[in-house]
Amino acid sequence: MSDGEPLVRWAWIGDHLGELADYTGVHLRLGLLPVLFGLIISVPLGILCHRWRWLYAPVLTVANILYSIPSLALFMIFVKYTGLTERTVMIPLTLYTLSVLVPNVVDGLASVPEPVRQAATALGFGPVRRVVQVELPIAVPVVIAGVRVAAVSSISLVAVGQLIGQGGLGYYITRGLQLDFPTPIVTAIVLIMLLALTTDALLVLAQRLLTPWSRSKVTAT
Amino acid sequence: MIRFDAVSKNYPNGTTAVDDLSLELAEGGITVLVGPSGCGKTTTLRMINRMVEPTAGTVSLRGRDIREVNAPELRRGIGYVIQHAGLFPHRTILDNIATVPLLLGWSRKKARARAAELLELVGLPAEMAGRYPSQLSGGQQQRVGVARALGADPPVLLMDEPFSAVDPIVRAELQAEFIRLQKELHKTIVFVTHDIDEAIKLGDNIAVFRTGGRLAQFDTPERLLAQPADDFVAGFVGQDRGIRRLSFLKAAEVPLRDGAVLPATSPVASARAADEPWVLVVDAERRPLGWAAVAELPESGTLADAPLTPLGHTFSLVGDSARAALDSALLSPSRLAVGVDADGAVVGVADAHELSAGVAAAEVPEAAEDAAVDAAPEVAKDGDAESGVSKDEVAKGADAKTGDTAGSVGPGGGER
Repeated sequence: MSDGEPLVRWAWIGDHLGELADYTGVHLRLGLLPVLFGLIISVPLGILCHRWRWLYAPVLTVANILYSIPSLALFMIFVKYTGLTERTVMIPLTLYTLSVLVPNVVDGLASVPEPVRQAATALGFGPVRRVVQVELPIAVPVVIAGVRVAAVSSISLVAVGQLIGQGGLGYYITRGLQLDFPTPIVTAIVLIMLLALTTDALLVLAQRLLTPWSRSKVTAT
Repeated sequence: MIRFDAVSKNYPNGTTAVDDLSLELAEGGITVLVGPSGCGKTTTLRMINRMVEPTAGTVSLRGRDIREVNAPELRRGIGYVIQHAGLFPHRTILDNIATVPLLLGWSRKKARARAAELLELVGLPAEMAGRYPSQLSGGQQQRVGVARALGADPPVLLMDEPFSAVDPIVRAELQAEFIRLQKELHKTIVFVTHDIDEAIKLGDNIAVFRTGGRLAQFDTPERLLAQPADDFVAGFVGQDRGIRRLSFLKAAEVPLRDGAVLPATSPVASARAADEPWVLVVDAERRPLGWAAVAELPESGTLADAPLTPLGHTFSLVGDSARAALDSALLSPSRLAVGVDADGAVVGVADAHELSAGVAAAEVPEAAEDAAVDAAPEVAKDGDAESGVSKDEVAKGADAKTGDTAGSVGPGGGER
């Protein structure tokens, strides 16, 4: 960084408001759609793992191995098939969420008290109805705790996608580095953090609204 | 109504939960399945709604083999209450109660109207409808559990240790409420407990199971206490079954005498003339005021001037059992039980010895009434004739060895 260059030039921000908003939107999409897809995969997978416990260990192992592959490597693998598109970023991010979401769905289902499960059966719920109407709603607090972790990590990971030209606000980080100009870098970092915090706050609110019956706090596992 | 035909349940690991059970449960009564843990009572209960499938034999409900009915459908027609209520934490109290009607496809409005009725039936205030289970006490949750089981007005109710997870005071309340409800509803109830006292209190019939899933005895509570089929049952119903049997004898059948009962306006001399160590002083309405020890009476005046010892507690001739009468005698300072009528007026008094004699007389099955009538005046006469000292000894004996008093009732009954 050249001497005398301030950390933030407010004028630059003022000039780029519209563009910043666009990139913020892209960043949100790239960060949150993978969480949604991850949830769509994790809920049925978690139900299966809860039903057949022997399935859980291998599924969790695969999810953890996926999580351990560096994002850069995954991007490079998927570029071959999906090119330099948003999908190439979202597929790895989706896979990453599984290592958090699957265990939380399984733990959430395990948090259903045995008497409740038995009562549901005894009152005449069929197996599917019992899962959908009784067990999943009771699992919601634990599942949302996992969604919070997945969403925050996904939002911060999006920036890495800039290596294939799809990084949302990550664009400003590489741009600032190339130009030796700190303002876009700082702005991007602050915006990414704000996005993560806001998303987290909204998820907490969503949980309160979805589960008025649950007063005890549940943490991610 | 519910029939077990040579039913067994064996698990692959070799344990036998239920062994060759044949049992027929009457319609409209409470059958209690009782036994030590691991005796197969809960398994037996769960075979009725197919939560457990027998490995041999058939279970039928109203003459129909329950295996012919789809399990969830069968269960919607059978109420089920479990130990820890098992309420759905994510649903309001009203929606919990409406569960089965909703499963049966009732409209939400109709189901909720029915749930509101049931909430009232089990004695909970309407404002609880919108609360969640975690906001209720254990006893209240259990009431909701009962209401939920009654959702679609099933003819059969299965209850698996429903009152054992609450404290003794709440349990007694719930039991009383349960008895009241059953008088109103006349359901066919199968009730599992490990508590023989609860079984005797609630059951019309009791099935005692022994470890290994074998039925040891199926009988009325009275006969179970009087004639246990074997040592296992005798041991299980307990050493003090003689005392327990008194619960089935109405206090009204207990012989009482009233020579020692005197109004406060009587002169002291009349108390001495009664030839009793203690006299019970009553007011103008014959309500008890307290005991006066004859030895400590003032020289003259009326009983109103005498120092009185508090009563202990009385028993009611209209509602209480002979067990309450005996208890009253044992706790009384004079060792005399005080029997009162519905208005609280004293009818008469009796000591533990007289009570046990009266009980033995009342228990003679043939011409029981005659015997009781004959026995009563005789005992009263004996009491009058005996000196105060000997009566005191009887009382002391009863006090020091309550077990003996109980024993004297037990074997007496067993001999018949």
